[in-house]
Amino acid sequence: MHLAYPAVLAALLFCVGLYGVLARRNVILVLMSVELMLNAVNLNLVAFDVWLRDALHAGQALTLFVIAIAAAEIGIGLAIVLLVYRNRGSSDIDRLRDLRESEGPQGGSGGGSSDEASVTPATDNGPGPGPDPAGRQHA
Amino acid sequence: MNLAAGHPGFLSPTGVEIVFVLVGLATLGAALVTVTTKRLVHAALWLVAALGGVAVEYLLLTAEFIAWVQVLIYVGSVVVLLLFGLMLTKAPIVPPITRDDPSYAEVRAQATADADSGNRWIALAVALAAAATLVTVVVDAFRSTWIDLDESVAGSAKVTGVALFRHWVLPFEALSVLLLAALVGAIVLSKRRKGGER
Amino acid sequence: MSTMTLAALVPVLPFLGAVAGLLAGRSAPGFVRPLAVLPTAVAAVLAVIVAVRQGGGAPLRAATELTPTGNDALNIQLALNVDGFAVLVAVLVGAVATCVQLYSTGYLRDDPRYPSYAALVSLFTAAMFLVVYSDDLIVLLVGWEIMGICSYFLVGHYWETPAARAASLKAFLVTKLGDVPFLIGILALASEAGTFRISSIVTRLTSELSGLELERPTLIALLLLAGVAGKSAQFPLHSWLPDAMAGPTPVSALIHAATMVAAGVYFVARLLPVFAASAVALVVMALMAAVTMAGAALAALAQDDIKRVLAYSTLSQLAYMTGALAVADRGAAVFHLLAHGAFKALLFLAAGVLIHAAGTNSLTVMARTGGIAKRAPDAYWTMSVALLALAAIPPFAGFFSKEAVLAAAEHAAFGDEHGVPVAAGWIVLAAGLLTALLTAAYAARLWLLAFRGRAASAPLAVDSEKAAEHVPDEVPSQAPETELASPEPEREAHGHPREPAVMTVVLWVLAVPSLAFGLGFLALPDWFDGGSLAPTLTTSVLATGVALVGGILTYATWRHTTAHAALHPDTDADPGLLLLGPLHRHAAAGFHLDAAYTALVVRPVQGAARLVRFLDREVVDAYVNGAGRGSRLLGAAVRRAQTGNVQTYLGALLAGSLVLAIAAVLAATGNGGA
Repeated sequence: MHLAYPAVLAALLFCVGLYGVLARRNVILVLMSVELMLNAVNLNLVAFDVWLRDALHAGQALTLFVIAIAAAEIGIGLAIVLLVYRNRGSSDIDRLRDLRESEGPQGGSGGGSSDEASVTPATDNGPGPGPDPAGRQHA
Repeated sequence: MNLAAGHPGFLSPTGVEIVFVLVGLATLGAALVTVTTKRLVHAALWLVAALGGVAVEYLLLTAEFIAWVQVLIYVGSVVVLLLFGLMLTKAPIVPPITRDDPSYAEVRAQATADADSGNRWIALAVALAAAATLVTVVVDAFRSTWIDLDESVAGSAKVTGVALFRHWVLPFEALSVLLLAALVGAIVLSKRRKGGER
Repeated sequence: MSTMTLAALVPVLPFLGAVAGLLAGRSAPGFVRPLAVLPTAVAAVLAVIVAVRQGGGAPLRAATELTPTGNDALNIQLALNVDGFAVLVAVLVGAVATCVQLYSTGYLRDDPRYPSYAALVSLFTAAMFLVVYSDDLIVLLVGWEIMGICSYFLVGHYWETPAARAASLKAFLVTKLGDVPFLIGILALASEAGTFRISSIVTRLTSELSGLELERPTLIALLLLAGVAGKSAQFPLHSWLPDAMAGPTPVSALIHAATMVAAGVYFVARLLPVFAASAVALVVMALMAAVTMAGAALAALAQDDIKRVLAYSTLSQLAYMTGALAVADRGAAVFHLLAHGAFKALLFLAAGVLIHAAGTNSLTVMARTGGIAKRAPDAYWTMSVALLALAAIPPFAGFFSKEAVLAAAEHAAFGDEHGVPVAAGWIVLAAGLLTALLTAAYAARLWLLAFRGRAASAPLAVDSEKAAEHVPDEVPSQAPETELASPEPEREAHGHPREPAVMTVVLWVLAVPSLAFGLGFLALPDWFDGGSLAPTLTTSVLATGVALVGGILTYATWRHTTAHAALHPDTDADPGLLLLGPLHRHAAAGFHLDAAYTALVVRPVQGAARLVRFLDREVVDAYVNGAGRGSRLLGAAVRRAQTGNVQTYLGALLAGSLVLAIAAVLAATGNGGA
C-alpha cells in the first residue's frame, strides 16, 4: 500500500479537527474536534510504524499511550466544562471572555460574563479572575 | 530504506488500497459532518462513525490490537462521556424540522449561531491553508513510498504485547499513575461542594 | 616636639575638632562647646609657641610628597613654610578664631544650629592655618577653597531669610569668579617656574644665580590678582562682602574682617617677587587699591547698617594692604593686616554686642534711641578704642600700621624703591591720604550716631518701638536685614539683659592689641624682611592732620544736624547726608555696582537660561513626549486585539505557525521550488 494514502488521510483529518477547534462554539464540540486531531496523529503513527517495521514498535506503543491520555484528557476536560457550566450557566467558549482588555481605565463589568458568580468585585485589569471563577470558588 | 523500489504505482491499485481509500473517504465525510452539523447530538454520533472508520483503517494497516482498543476506548467510552457532557450541560437541541416548515430559516439561523462561533471563516481559511500545506508536503515526500503489508502482521496482540511489556514497561506504568491522577482530578473537579453552593 | 611638628599640628587640631563637632553635634550636645573652643585655643597656643621658637629667624621648611602629577619636576608636596610672616599671621588667626569661638558660645547660645556652626568655624580655622603655613601652591589652593565653602555655609547660617540665602550664593559665585583665573594662574606660574613650592619660586626669582625670568610675568600676575581680588574683596569683585554681613556677627568678625579676606593679601605678600616682576601688575594693583580704598570709604560714610559700615571699612583697609603690596612693601602690608585683624575683629564683636543691646542694626535707629553707651559700657569703651585705631589716631595700632603703608608709598613715589613704578607710589599715596580723611569721617560718624544719639527722654520701649518703624526712606534696601539678622528680637520686652560675660571679656582681650600693637613697628622688622616700619614725619603729620580734619568736620556737621533734628523731629541727625551731599544716594547703594552687574551679567544669563528652558521644554521634551504618546497609541491599538476570545488567539497562533512552516518548507526546498 502506498504510504501516501494514510498520510494524506491523516493530514486531512487533522485539518478537519483544526477547523472544528477554531470554529465551534460549544466546548464539548471543541473537545470532539480535539479527538479528531488526536486520531489523525494516531493514524500517522500506526502507518509509519507499519512502514518502518520498527523492532520496538514505537509507533504503536505511542498510539496506545495517546489513546490512554486522550481518555484522561476527555475526563478532566468534561469535568472542567461541567464546572464552568455550573458556575456560569453556559458552556459557550466565546462567552468566557474575562481575560479581554477592558474598555476604559475604569473597566466595565465583564460584559460576556455577566453571571451570578461575580459576588466578589472582579477587577478586569488584574490577572486574577481568569476564565473560571470556579477556581475562585473552590479555592 | 528503499522499500519503494518497484512498487506498482498509483494507477494500478491493489484491493487493500481501494478499500482503504473508500473507508478513508467515508471517515473524512463523517468527520466533516461532525464539525459542521448544527445538531450537537448528531455531531457526537457522526464522531462515532469517523472514529470507527479510523479503526477500520488500523485493521487495514494490520494493526489489529490498536483497532480494537480504538473501538473500545473511543467509540465505547469517550463518545459516551461526550454524550453525557452534552446532556449535563443542557446543550441546545434543534427541534426536528423539515425545509417546508415556515420557521425553518429562523431555526436554522438559531442553530448555526448556537453551534458555530463568529470566527468561522477565519477558521476555515486557516484549516484550508493548513490542509493544502500538509497535503502538498506529505505527497511530495511520500509519493513513492510503499508499505509492504504482506510480509507479517505488524500489530497483532502478541506483537504489541511483547513490545509493550518488554520495551515500554516503564512508560506504561507511568501512564497508569497519570490515569489515576486524572481520575482523582475529575472526581475532585466535578464533586459538588457542601454548604449551599450551586 | 620639633617646631615643624607643632606647626603641622596647628591646622590638624581645628580640623579634628570640626570633624568631632559634626559627629557629636546631635548625639552629645554637651561636648559641642568644648569641642569648638578647645582645639582652636590649643592651636592658637601652639601657633604662639611656633612663633616664639621661630623667632623671626631663618625660615623653617619641611615637605613630604603628596602625589605625583605625571611630571617629575612638578610634584605636589605637603610642604610647610614657617617664616616670620607665616607665624605672625598664624598667631593672628589663632587668636581671633579663639576669641570668636568663645564669643560665639555666648552670642549663639540659643541657636539650634550652633553645633554645625561651630564645626564650620573650626574647619575654616584649619583651612586658614593651612593656607598660612603651606608652602605648596596646590595645597594652599585646597585651603583657599575650603575657606570659600565654609564662608558660603556660614554666611547662609540664617538661611531662613532670603537675604542670607542670596548673600551666601553671591559670596560663593563672586569669589569663584576670581578663583578660576587664580587656578589658571597657579598652573601657569608652576609650569614656568618648574615647581609648586612657593619658597622655591621666590628663591629662584630673587637669587642672582638661578637667573629665572618668567616669560609672561604680567599675565600670571594679573591672573593671580583676579583670585586675590575675589578673596580679598577688591574692586571690582568686592560686592559680595557687604552683603555677606547677613551672616552671624562673629562670622563677620572672623571671616569677613580678620582672616579670610586677608588671605588674598597674605598670598600676594608670599609671592611678591612674582608680582614685582611686572610693573603693569603693580600699577594695576595700585589702581585697584586706590579705587577700592576711596570708593569703599565713601560708601561706608553713607551706610545705615552698622555691619555694612564695618564691611565697607574692611574693604577700604584691605585696599591699604593691597596698596602696600603695590609699592612692593610686604612688611607694611602684613603689619597692617595684623593690626587691622585685631581692631576690626574687635569692631565686629563690639558691634554684635551693640546689636544685641539695641535690637537693631540700623545706626539711625540707634541714634534715635540713644543711651546705648550706658547699656553696653564694655562695647562702648572697646569700640571707641577700635574706632580710634581705625581712624589712625596715634598712638593706636592703626596709626603705626597705616603710617608704614603710607611711608612705603612715599618711598615709591619719590623713586626710592627699586623696580617699583613711581606712578604706583603716587596713586597709593594720594588715595591713602584721601582715604585717611574719609576713614576718620566715617569712624566719627559711626561713633557719634551709635553712642551720642539723642538722649532717651521717653520711656525706652515706646521710643524704640517708634524708632523701629522709622527706618529712614533713603536706605530701604537694608531695612529687611535689620530685623532679620538680629537673633534676639524679644529683648526689649524684658528690659536690658546682661550680655554674657564671655562676650565682654573677649572684647577687652582684643582691645589690648588694638591699643598697643602699633608699638610692634619696633620689633616686627626682625620678623619680616628687615625694612623699617617706623612712621616718617611728613606722612605722619599729613595723615594725622587729614584724619583730624575729617573727624572734626564730621563732628561739626553732626552738631549742626543734631540741632536741626531737634527742631524738626522728622529729619535724622546723620552727618553723612550733609557731608556727601548729592553723592550720598549713590554711595549708599555701593555706587550702583550691583545694578551694573545685573545689567551686564545677570540679565544675559537669565535670558540664556530662559532660552535653554524653552529649548528643553518645547524642543527636547517634544521628542520625549512624542515617544510616550506614540507608545500609548500603539498600546491602544494592540489592546484592541485582546478580545478575550480564546479561539481568536488560537487562530492567530495557528496561522502564524503555518506561515512559519511554509517558510521553513520553502527554505528547505530551495527558494520555494518555483
